[in-house]
Amino acid sequence: MTFTPITVNQQEFTELPHDLYIPPEALQVFLEMFEGPLDLLLYLIRKQNIDIKEIPITKITDQYISYINAMQVLNIELAGEYLLMAAVLLEIKSRILLPAPAQSELASEEDEGDPRQELIRRLIEYEQIKLAAENLNKIPQPDRDYRWLEILVEETTPELPNVTPEQLKKAWQTLLIRSLTSRSQHHMKKQELSVREHMTQILRHLQENGKSNFFALFKIEQGTAHVVVNFIAILELGKEGAVLIMQDEKMDIFVELAVE
Amino acid sequence: MSVATLSHIKKVIEACLLTATDVIAVDQLLDVFDNQISEDTVKLIVEELASEYIDSGIELITVASGYRFRSRPEFQSYLNKLYNTKPARYSRAVMETLAIIAYRQPVTRGEIENLRGVAINSNIVQLLFDRNWIEVVGHKQLPGKPELLATTTQFLDDMGIQSLEELPPLPNINEAFINSEQDLIEEYDSQKENEENV
Repeated sequence: MTFTPITVNQQEFTELPHDLYIPPEALQVFLEMFEGPLDLLLYLIRKQNIDIKEIPITKITDQYISYINAMQVLNIELAGEYLLMAAVLLEIKSRILLPAPAQSELASEEDEGDPRQELIRRLIEYEQIKLAAENLNKIPQPDRDYRWLEILVEETTPELPNVTPEQLKKAWQTLLIRSLTSRSQHHMKKQELSVREHMTQILRHLQENGKSNFFALFKIEQGTAHVVVNFIAILELGKEGAVLIMQDEKMDIFVELAVE
Repeated sequence: MSVATLSHIKKVIEACLLTATDVIAVDQLLDVFDNQISEDTVKLIVEELASEYIDSGIELITVASGYRFRSRPEFQSYLNKLYNTKPARYSRAVMETLAIIAYRQPVTRGEIENLRGVAINSNIVQLLFDRNWIEVVGHKQLPGKPELLATTTQFLDDMGIQSLEELPPLPNINEAFINSEQDLIEEYDSQKENEENV
């Protein structure tokens, strides 16, 4: 897309002849490639192998403006910065054309030196960042140039406190003693106690009240049979994974729904 | 410390780093060993571990916040086929903005605009924020209190470096001037490809 300067009859052409046909789309792609006026200027300078510190301002200004005109002809949306740069270039050009002021005491006050200085500084600074950006882009980036390694490890379930059989036995004995001591004054009719029914009751109780103290699940007054069946029901629920039987720091035993 | 223990520690660290889903810091590894080993030992062992992966498809790299395994960049094209991905490349505008923030931080948006000579595109800055590569580190005491932008540790981690000093040095423009014209033409041609994304 770029035009390499060619020499014809010992005359160097750095720009395409005006009567040379370039498809407008191609030119448009080329012109839209620039990141702004500084980038366009740098291109003009580098293309012609001009020392950035010795910019021939008249020549560069003319070339710059012809590019701007081309952009306007092609209806490329021209950012204000491009026009601002044209004004800057024209100002520098006009100042260079003016005869240098005679050395006087006035000059010292506004001694600006080379009118190109600020532009040169900006061009160098921009080119530095432009090249730095290219270097930065060569550094491998995740997902573009490499992938972070992630070996999937199966999610582990949270650690639950263990209840030892010994502790359960003790709890059971406590219950038994309590039920025996409260061995009721009256036990009239034989109750048909189903373990499954108790399991349901316990689950319902836990559903309504949430986590429950182990002892709170027993109705001592209902007698030993109830306590036995209820205890088996809790163990059965624990075995089936319907409830969690846990112990806290105070060694109190709790029963909780195994949610999910 | 016996040789057997060292090789044991190495295996543990290997398991930790391979199963991690993020960069693992030295401190985290020290915790794994209940601080029974020193930071120097960890560094030494990680170095040794990394050397074991030299002839492999993956590599263990040291970044700003710790250690992490990654696939070797030279095999990315194969991974792209496996995962059916087409890696996005950032445009020049994005990379130049990032370069200014990386090399001139902390900087304001205004300073970025001055340097590039064009108005800043808020999408570009947002893109860098979204990537978690840049962050606001303060405000300049100027009218409007402009935000001061800087790069993040994540940026260093992703670039595979431990500090900003490890970024490629800013090019010397006098040297760059020797650029042959062919280079420039290639450079401008390649830019067209880069414009594909963002």
